Amino acid sequence: MNPSAEALKRQFGSAIRRVTESCGDTIVSVEAGRIREVLAWLKDDPDQAYNYLVDVTAVEYRDAELPIEVVYELFSIPRSTGLRVKAELPKDPPLEIDSVVPLWAGADWLEREVYDMFGITFRGHPDLRRILMWETYAEGYPLRKDFPLRGRFSRSEQVRQALNATPEAHYSLEELGIAESYYELPADMRERLSRGERGRVPDPTEGR
Amino acid sequence: MAVKRTLDVALGTTGIDEDGVPVTVPLAMEIPGAPALDEIAKIGGEHMLLNIGPQHPATHGVLRLVVELDGETVIRVIPHVGYLHSGFEKLGEYRHYNQIIPLTDRMDYLAPMANNVLLALAAEKLMGITITERCKVLRVIACEISRIISHLVWIGTTGIDIGAFTPFLWMFQEREKFYNLQEAWTGARLTTSMTRVGGLMADIPEGFEDGVRAGCRSLGKVMAEVDRALTRNGIWAGRMQGIGALTGEEAINMSLTGAMLRASGVPYDVRKDRPYLDYETYDFEVPVGEHGDVYDRYLVRFEEVLQAIRILEQALDRLPDGPINVDDHRVILPPKHAAMSDMEAMIHHFKQVMEGVPAPPGEAYCSIESPKGELGYYFVSDGTAKPVRWRVRPPAFVNLSALPKMSEGHLLSDLIAINASVDIVMGEVDR
Repeated sequence: MNPSAEALKRQFGSAIRRVTESCGDTIVSVEAGRIREVLAWLKDDPDQAYNYLVDVTAVEYRDAELPIEVVYELFSIPRSTGLRVKAELPKDPPLEIDSVVPLWAGADWLEREVYDMFGITFRGHPDLRRILMWETYAEGYPLRKDFPLRGRFSRSEQVRQALNATPEAHYSLEELGIAESYYELPADMRERLSRGERGRVPDPTEGR
Repeated sequence: MAVKRTLDVALGTTGIDEDGVPVTVPLAMEIPGAPALDEIAKIGGEHMLLNIGPQHPATHGVLRLVVELDGETVIRVIPHVGYLHSGFEKLGEYRHYNQIIPLTDRMDYLAPMANNVLLALAAEKLMGITITERCKVLRVIACEISRIISHLVWIGTTGIDIGAFTPFLWMFQEREKFYNLQEAWTGARLTTSMTRVGGLMADIPEGFEDGVRAGCRSLGKVMAEVDRALTRNGIWAGRMQGIGALTGEEAINMSLTGAMLRASGVPYDVRKDRPYLDYETYDFEVPVGEHGDVYDRYLVRFEEVLQAIRILEQALDRLPDGPINVDDHRVILPPKHAAMSDMEAMIHHFKQVMEGVPAPPGEAYCSIESPKGELGYYFVSDGTAKPVRWRVRPPAFVNLSALPKMSEGHLLSDLIAINASVDIVMGEVDR
């Protein structure tokens, strides 16, 4: 058992819900509301010094009763010790937890991926967008257990949407804005973009 | 925004002196009345939006970069990934542990054997299986061959990005020897699928050990040639030194691993810090950089190839005889002839093929030092033969997330060098 678990219990008391061990790894379950505080302490306390955030991910169990867990894999490079910290989120919306990007810049893309795949919102994340799926992806969150392996939409609907995608939608308004080239676009393209065509969820019944 | 890179290096250097400092040639002189060099950098104009990729040779796959430029200076980079997303993690939840192995080939396809080894290690950690000595050493050989293959491709393709074509041919010629060995062992050049939970798909073929030794010998010579051609080459050093530099603290804060982290002076190597496969008993060094720039990443990877040769030689020297698979037919398929003649073996065979090997409830995170960095697999099991969650901690994905920070303020041509130095493989970034 990793001694950090005991230290956490002393420091945070009831915010530490559970300490378990599996396959030699120590797992500390933390109250979701205090996750950033706990991780900041683990990072900055000189006796803990978990300075390297290995991974951020989430787990949803097949048992629908169990909550979704956000998993933080920590490692202390000076002490060569690892620790896994979990926060449980009840499944009813809003599925929200504090972002740890202020602590580790490396959490940026990892949290975006969790948001993309599980629909968990990270409060305080500087740029929470989908990362692996495209921005207008409307089928939901692929790694959730209620998401079918082949996707929500039929294959023909998926193909139809891919073929109907407008080429200029490959730039976001923000990207066009940074270069001020938005105003140099043809009028019809500008009009389509300002109508928010890119950000709009396509209607599966449209265009049949 | 100030230009990070000093203009004297940008304008030209004929080489580097004995201390490794670029010899600079004053190509621009102070002309009375002309704006000073650092004033030129401040002259602003309209920003330009440039799209690079997803189909572009310098993006090493289907990476798309939207770049905001002020003249040639990069103001902002917005990477877009996901073009190769295949949903492997989701697919893994529908498969037995052994059936996941073919998926791992297709992630880091420049080092498929290392991915195979990690999957077996993670599943074995979850199931509490201890593998045989011979299997351990053979897996070390597989990991180090992967490292050599991957780094050779990296040196070759980075050479092309920088403008050196010859090393690419040399590197691919050497890589071919190891690919042939890999093919002889696993039957495939790319989709190796060479491990099984509890052992290996096959033992090494006859002549494999001699082949590896011969490959290491000739590789050593070629690496010495590449060293002469590149390391102190003026263009090479001038295009790489001081580019995309990160301090050790920044690199740790961004969760970088592998050569990206070690070039910044942090000696973190999974083989040393969380040893697996008895790596602690091998004698090898972990090369560490000083400046954290593209050039140091090159030096670190170059040295890692030489260290991998050392490890390979030690592994071949100690390779023990004996079985490659654990002696437990609940995990490893019994031999085919037994399955056809022995009732019990047939039952084991049937149960493994039809039901898979159940893992006890629990979870395990296991990581290896893949050529790209710390590759980690995290399994969560609920006691069935299929994982509840299979998470891949992709080193290239996390390393790539540092690209915007590294390239801001550099020139556009440096962006290509910085992107090359990350050593991305999009199969792993997008999964």
